[in-house]
Amino acid sequence: MADRPLKVLIAKPGLDGHDRGAKVVAHALRDAGCEVIYTGLKRGVEEIVQEAIQEDADVIGLSILSGAHLTLCQKLLDRLRAAEAEIPVVVGGTIPATDAEALLAMGVQHVFPTGTHLPEIVAYFRGLAPAETGGRP
Amino acid sequence: MSAKAPQLRDAVLLDGIPIKPVYTPEDQAGFDYARKLGNPGEYPFTRGIHPSMYRARVWTMRQYVGFGTPSETNARFKYLMAHGQDALNVAFDLPTQLGLDSADPRAEGEVGRVGMAVDSLADMEEAFDGIPLDRVSVSLTINSMAAIIQAMYLVVAERQGVAWDRIVTTPQNDILKEFIARGTWVYPVEPSLRLVADLAEFCAREAPRVNPISVCGYHIREAGCTPAQEMAYGLAIVAAYIERLLARGLDIDAFAPRLSFNFTCWGRLFEEIAKFRAGRRLYARMLRERFGARDPRSMMLRTLIGGGGSGFTVEEPENNLIRGAYYALAAALAGAQTMALPTYDEAYTIPSPKAQLLALRTMQICAEETGVTDTADPLAGSYFVEALTDAMEAKILEELAGLERLGGIVEAVKSGAIQAEVARQAYLFEQKLLSGEYPKVGVNRHVAPEAERQARPDLELYAFDPKAARAQVAKLERLRRERDHAAVARALARLRDEARGAANLLPAILEAVRAYATLGEMAGALGEVFGEHKEPLVF
Repeated sequence: MADRPLKVLIAKPGLDGHDRGAKVVAHALRDAGCEVIYTGLKRGVEEIVQEAIQEDADVIGLSILSGAHLTLCQKLLDRLRAAEAEIPVVVGGTIPATDAEALLAMGVQHVFPTGTHLPEIVAYFRGLAPAETGGRP
Repeated sequence: MSAKAPQLRDAVLLDGIPIKPVYTPEDQAGFDYARKLGNPGEYPFTRGIHPSMYRARVWTMRQYVGFGTPSETNARFKYLMAHGQDALNVAFDLPTQLGLDSADPRAEGEVGRVGMAVDSLADMEEAFDGIPLDRVSVSLTINSMAAIIQAMYLVVAERQGVAWDRIVTTPQNDILKEFIARGTWVYPVEPSLRLVADLAEFCAREAPRVNPISVCGYHIREAGCTPAQEMAYGLAIVAAYIERLLARGLDIDAFAPRLSFNFTCWGRLFEEIAKFRAGRRLYARMLRERFGARDPRSMMLRTLIGGGGSGFTVEEPENNLIRGAYYALAAALAGAQTMALPTYDEAYTIPSPKAQLLALRTMQICAEETGVTDTADPLAGSYFVEALTDAMEAKILEELAGLERLGGIVEAVKSGAIQAEVARQAYLFEQKLLSGEYPKVGVNRHVAPEAERQARPDLELYAFDPKAARAQVAKLERLRRERDHAAVARALARLRDEARGAANLLPAILEAVRAYATLGEMAGALGEVFGEHKEPLVF
């Protein structure tokens, strides 16, 4: 398979309607050459997992500003495991440092708390290799 | 000349307006005081809506409050009232804002998280227990569920023996900005607009001191738009609601005096002040010339000015206290009727009591120590401020014309064109922050050394208690067992029926509220008829 751009699913799980951060990150990743799918607001974790599998996403980026990140991430990771989908999950939002540690322990790949600069996020995604392609050049 | 002219840095506002190093009488050539300004309290209200502004009465100070359960919220209200806050602003949790009961699986992890959980009238009775509703003014931050929550408040008043014409509330009830920015929409655009108008119409007829719509440019700005867009979108949104209320046969002067606004004021001090002065002038003209208002009160842009959390930073959070003081100054000089400030810790946590109190003290110091309240519109006549007010007016008109090209605000919301523009502006702003073009101390100027940045700030984090959510669910289950099931079923059937027709839904909602139908049941009954909004996915 030829080298292809990283495919990123940006999702807003739960009920939180603040999508400025999700859209800014989606925009920046698209400008950086990624293929970006944005799910829109209020998506159930099951829907997000299904969409990630169907779209063959290389990574799921969750944006959560409501404080419900521990509950939502645990549910999403459980669903991914149940579906035997090995898609890394990264999370951004209003996430206190102690919760970030808990999220990483849970199996989240990376946490970007509020205030993370955009280039840092873009650089992180660029460092991820698209699946089944033998890596990036 | 022997000396070289100094190199001046650029000064351009977020809306692209360049600022000159100095303004002179030439910038005011042909200035017509009566047409452009008028005295404070006089058309077109550029200088403010009251003749003596804060000399007569200082702005209302209204912090945004909401804690997990109705009883916690009740206790916090009483605390704030004891510290001199004269109005309350209620935050609801997300399930409540979206019409989900606390026991709904979709609500898991969110019950009581960002505000108070309300499942039925019983919760509102508890939240306002011991708070005389004829003596407080309460702002309800609720939109798609505004008609239901306001109906609950009316029934609480009824049971306290307070007549509906004595109560003062401000349900936010601005669904268009939810579609654009804040995201707590439920139903498609048209039935959502019907609910906004149903509540506003009902209040105009039955509870005339209720301010039935608070149009929020605030959240759209928080989502990324520019100051001129914030004002333009606010004006376009209010016009859309006014058109719907006029179509119901209401007289403009029967409801327009109770319309109000919510805008932010973070950023460049004078750009913000000019935005409000221009906005008042444009609103007055729109109401008089386009909508035929005759009562001057209909032409007054009354607004809450809230600091604007997006001006605050995660970096060195104590700096936000200083920013908050400038935002309070901007809001005062801009002529706010009500003021609210974000708390310095809000990027980290639900505000601590200390942070809430500091925000309140910031406003009190501004009001009582600085002298800014001594005279109305102290900046009037400034060569700079008047020129900038004119420039902002032109920008706002330009944005309004742009909306018309998109088919008007309602069409632009349905197509997602306006959401895309706001997202584009958010991205542009992010780039300005990164490049340093937009200065932020601690972010792109005077950045602390790495080690200091890594240190966790000393903040009191709100400890969310999952027990409270479980107690809320248990309370809901008890209610479901104990209420009159036949009355609930009858009321919900009526609500469904009336949703299919065109009559005002408030009487049916009130019946369901009195029968202790749950919020989720009422919202679900409406959803069966209205369906769900499909979000245009643009970024």
